[in-house]
Amino acid sequence: MEQSNKKATTHNIGIYLWIWGLLFVFSTFSYLVDWFDFQGLLRWSLIIFFMLIKAGLIMAIFMHLYWERWAIVNVLLWPMTAIIVFVGIMTAESQYTFFTRALFFVMGS
Amino acid sequence: MSEIDLSKLPKGGKGFAHDFAADQTIFKGVPWGKSMMWIFLLSDTFIFSCFLISLMTARASTTAEWPYASEVFGLEVFGTNVPLLLIAIMTFVLITSSGTMALAVKYGYERNRKMCAWLILATAVGGLTFVGMQAFEWTKLIFHEGIRPWSNPFGAAQFGSFFFMITGFHGTHVSIGVIFLFIFARKTFRGDFDTGRRGYFTSMKSDYRAIEILGLYWHFVDLVWVFIFAFFYLW
Repeated sequence: MEQSNKKATTHNIGIYLWIWGLLFVFSTFSYLVDWFDFQGLLRWSLIIFFMLIKAGLIMAIFMHLYWERWAIVNVLLWPMTAIIVFVGIMTAESQYTFFTRALFFVMGS
Repeated sequence: MSEIDLSKLPKGGKGFAHDFAADQTIFKGVPWGKSMMWIFLLSDTFIFSCFLISLMTARASTTAEWPYASEVFGLEVFGTNVPLLLIAIMTFVLITSSGTMALAVKYGYERNRKMCAWLILATAVGGLTFVGMQAFEWTKLIFHEGIRPWSNPFGAAQFGSFFFMITGFHGTHVSIGVIFLFIFARKTFRGDFDTGRRGYFTSMKSDYRAIEILGLYWHFVDLVWVFIFAFFYLW
């Protein structure tokens, strides 16, 4: 039991320190997005880019998902598509709400 | 669970089909506690997603000006206003505690009891620091800036309720994590995972895999903060 544990899950300390350092670097980058006050599409794409890199590193290395079997990886990641679909639905919904509100303020009841 | 020799099983896509077609367990080589933690975290992901998506919906549908987070969460240092300073420090503290947790898991599997326990303790202290800074942030916003769930001086009235709900729910997760980290630090120092001493609540024997499961929870807390930092503070 201990044997299989050892083989399956300990990794070189270097990889953890590397990921740790990278998370620091990418956090600094995403802070700099605000610091330099980037606006518009550049701001949003940079924020999402650094966010996804950080999330990916944490999940893959710190949470060991990279070394897990595909069965559990797929079970965990596919449900995320439902979240993306939900984001799409609520974007449409909020734009419609904004439109009706704007219409109300312009036209009155 | 652990009798399975994973090296003999097919990997990747074939392994996926093999595991799902298996008679008894799907997640080969994964202790039940770990798969349960993952499934809990998956459900927690959906809860946090709903919070953040409702934030998006409120922000996109309001005609009022949304408060500019960079200024609201700025911190005065030597007379100049540094945007998001406290939030940035909180982010680094949480990442650091995530790093010490990852190392604790590693040393746990290497049966390095002392090192593992000290790293868990360091993680707990990091988490406590984070919660402390969050308490400071809330105090500042509530008593000095006058932010309420129903109104605030900066703009759209919904801002406060989303701020308190999202960061509060995350802070609750951190606090619960800190409590468990202290408990596990004590258990590790005492050698519970070497001797197989039965747990107080569960009355079950445990081993160093429990540290990895605790670690999953803690990394998840860090993971959620990555998204809150992006969508609430930076956006």
